[in-house]
Amino acid sequence: MTQQGVRWTADQVLALAPDAPSRKAGSKLGVAGPWSEAGSSGEGMVWGLCKGSGSKPYQTVVDVADAAGPAYKCSCPSRKFPCKHALGLLLLWAGADGSVPDAQTLPDWAEPWAEGRRKRAQTKRETDASGGAAADPEAVRRRAERRAERVTAGASELEQRLADLLRGGLASAEQAGYGMWEETAARMVDAQAPGLAARVRELGAIPASGPGWPVRLLEECALLHLLDRGWLRRDLLPAELAATVRSRIGLPSSADGRPTRDRWLVLAQYDTADSRLTTRRTWLHGTESGHTALLLSYGAAGRAPALSLPVGLALDAELSAYAGDGQLRADLGEQFTAPAPSPVRPKGAGVAEAAARYGDALGRDPWLESWPVTLSRVVPTPDEASGGWQLADADGDLERPDPAGAASERLAVPITPKAASGPGLWRLAAVSGGAPVTVFGECGHRGFTPLTAWPEGPGEAVALC
Amino acid sequence: MKGPSTADATATSTSTSSGDAWEELVTVALLGTDRRTPPGHSPGADAPTALLDAAAVQTVRRRAGLRPAPAAARPARAADDPRPPLPAPARRRLAMLLTDRPGTGGGRRGTAPDLMELLPQWLAGANEQGYAAPPDLLPALLDAARGRTDLRPQALTFAGPRALWLARLNPDWKFALRSTPGGGKALPAPEDAADVQRLWEEGLFAERVTLLAAVREHSPAAARELLATTWSAERAEDRLMFLDSLRSGLADADEPFLEQALSDRSRNVRATAAELLSALPGSALAARMASRATSCVAVDRTQGAATITVEAPHECDAGMERDGVVAKPPTGRGERSWWLGQLVEATPLGGWTARFGGRTPEEIVALPVADDWQGELHAAWCRAAVRQRDAVWSRALLGAPASPDAGGPGAVSLSERAKLLGSLSDGERAEWVAGFIATHGLSEAFQLLGVCTQPWAEPLGRAVVDALNIARDAGSYPWSFSGVMGLAERCLDPAEASRLDGLTATPDEPEDAAPGAGGYWSEAFQRLVSTLRLRRAMRDELRET
Repeated sequence: MTQQGVRWTADQVLALAPDAPSRKAGSKLGVAGPWSEAGSSGEGMVWGLCKGSGSKPYQTVVDVADAAGPAYKCSCPSRKFPCKHALGLLLLWAGADGSVPDAQTLPDWAEPWAEGRRKRAQTKRETDASGGAAADPEAVRRRAERRAERVTAGASELEQRLADLLRGGLASAEQAGYGMWEETAARMVDAQAPGLAARVRELGAIPASGPGWPVRLLEECALLHLLDRGWLRRDLLPAELAATVRSRIGLPSSADGRPTRDRWLVLAQYDTADSRLTTRRTWLHGTESGHTALLLSYGAAGRAPALSLPVGLALDAELSAYAGDGQLRADLGEQFTAPAPSPVRPKGAGVAEAAARYGDALGRDPWLESWPVTLSRVVPTPDEASGGWQLADADGDLERPDPAGAASERLAVPITPKAASGPGLWRLAAVSGGAPVTVFGECGHRGFTPLTAWPEGPGEAVALC
Repeated sequence: MKGPSTADATATSTSTSSGDAWEELVTVALLGTDRRTPPGHSPGADAPTALLDAAAVQTVRRRAGLRPAPAAARPARAADDPRPPLPAPARRRLAMLLTDRPGTGGGRRGTAPDLMELLPQWLAGANEQGYAAPPDLLPALLDAARGRTDLRPQALTFAGPRALWLARLNPDWKFALRSTPGGGKALPAPEDAADVQRLWEEGLFAERVTLLAAVREHSPAAARELLATTWSAERAEDRLMFLDSLRSGLADADEPFLEQALSDRSRNVRATAAELLSALPGSALAARMASRATSCVAVDRTQGAATITVEAPHECDAGMERDGVVAKPPTGRGERSWWLGQLVEATPLGGWTARFGGRTPEEIVALPVADDWQGELHAAWCRAAVRQRDAVWSRALLGAPASPDAGGPGAVSLSERAKLLGSLSDGERAEWVAGFIATHGLSEAFQLLGVCTQPWAEPLGRAVVDALNIARDAGSYPWSFSGVMGLAERCLDPAEASRLDGLTATPDEPEDAAPGAGGYWSEAFQRLVSTLRLRRAMRDELRET
């Protein structure tokens, strides 16, 4: 499915930038000045000549129609991907001020590349149609078995290490430092259990994380133990829970759930990066079903993930869910319309309800850090007692009025310290101005991480992350 | 096994001592099962596992059972902003301008516009149209204004009441409360005498300064009377600041008060009072200064052509000192010429025509001055013309822009010219600077261009572009003109962009040109053109309805 003829929004383009300097450089090139001979075709090709410092302008062409994300080609020497010229060109195109007119034919310099892409797409469609080269099911099964054995060995070893730790006491972990955990994490990588490895690595950081660390360390050790045990006894678990355990361990899974079609509203999109990988999380809300789904897309370090869905847009598309009870992750399937701005807002709950939903979700997946919730009519409030911020119900709990008839005490959920120290908090406060707002975010045991806010009156969604 | 299913079951069971049970588990975990036995378990090889089982149950249970806390006191609501919201394209533009923070790029600027430099214009345009700021951009706007004091007045006007509401919550933005009238609190109406008097007597210094300015704006006399009620009790620094606020709306009615301030205890207050009085041509002080100055300067006709002769004062008497003349010259200056300068500076310019036999200012300025006094005398007249905002004298002292000494080390320096230009009307100023540039080029024009109003009038813009073009053809590098280029990007009328298109091509390099200069020039012109286009887009976006 292509998105012919529909121009993107500037936000959508900027989300493609691999880093902040590129975003800035691209913004500056998003004006008509340096561009010439620009155009776009009905097939989703956008091209233009950008005047740089040299005598010969750069030739930039972008294919925005590919469902797997846009493809770029530019004659500039930049190693950034996409380069600032591609971003600038797309911004100009998105601006729709006539600087990138619709055209029928590509210029000569862009044609070979476009032709190559058309051919490859054609070949791919043919292979897909013929079913491709089917893998040997027997070999697949053997590989999976071998991996399961390795994970089992890894989980048993980890159990042993945890037992040793508890035998000697957590106090000794403070002295042991990172080294011990790094080594154990490496063992888990060898055991092909990346989920275990990541958890172990995080354990290493806890003793240095300030007051209360023994509590946090014990919690995380206990949950890791729970995961080990879940894996070792997975045959005894209900199928849904076993699937959750497998995905927490880090075994590959696929979105094999039945595709559900809905008009999906983009609630939030944010990136987290480590040294090797940028992970982009996109929260979607089914405006008809009321379901919430999470899309994950990845980019190698320094590259933005290809999927870019700015907050506030909605698209008619199919999502396929991953296996596992309470699993929200899904893959984006066929898209029937291009993302377009939508005035719809998700239905919200009160603070008490939000905490209860996280509790319910823990029953299905005890390793959950947080659960997506939309809070309605909450006021971002500075909490002088803790020095932090909270989201407080604007009105008392209407479901439990006290006997005197007045609304009962107003409740509040703290904003996580990490979220409260970022720039998003001030945007949230600014959008509110002391008035109740609707906030979408992740509600967990550390508190609430606000991701998107809607003002009390009419107004667009404001991304906080 | 204590699997997840068990965790589920336990979470629903109730135990009043679950908090204690958890505490006990943490203690055991800290010390180690070798030293302490988990509760309800016998010591042995599987004690750590039992401890982890129990801890897992407790962890999930604690997380699942989290209760919301009672809410803290709800913050007061920000005042409503009745202004209409920005059109969507203008809003996007603002977001883009605000992401371009100084220090994020660095290095050579290339052909792309310098967005941060356009923010002041954007804000001025938005304020002109009376738009409200989009709340979610307020934090970025306040951060930008925090880093640049020159942005603050426009930024805070645009930001409106919600920015002040935010500033009370974030110490980083305290400046917003300081630079806003009354720290964000509403000032009493200037005509509400009782409230004004109360705030004047009880307010903080900054509040009082703002109050005085507001009252002065409304009714100059009321402000002066307000100040007089507490004048003798104020501290010297405060008196100085308050006196300074009489500068706006200065009129003959202020003379008695200022005359009284001439005998103030503080020397700075006396000097300011004298300066203000000298700006009132009808004041007694101005008359005293005029009589002193005219006794020093005369026309000598004995040499054939009329010549100005100067006899500088021989002493600085108590009367002069009381009228604000500073007796001690700065190091390196003769005291007599120092006194003369001060006398002439404070003398109403209108009196000289009579003194020189009905000559016009042009004729007076053209008279030769004997004994090397021309520099001192003309410099003092310049200062007087600036202080008294006298357009006729300013014009006379500026001379013709094309005159050969206008660019050289003449009697009147560049910075004095820049100040003199301030007394002229916008159009005349632009015309004069255009003439100057046409004759003398750009090398000394930066300061003069700085006082011209933006956008530049057509003749001025054309003169600058022509001069840049000449500079390019002369083969020098564009960064010798980076200051003028930067000004041109900000001040040239966007309508000029089309005329500049021809300059963006890289020309063939003449033999004597600096290597590569042509490419850099074309880059600089491209940046100029794209900045102009951007400015036009900005302006059009703000005018959209």
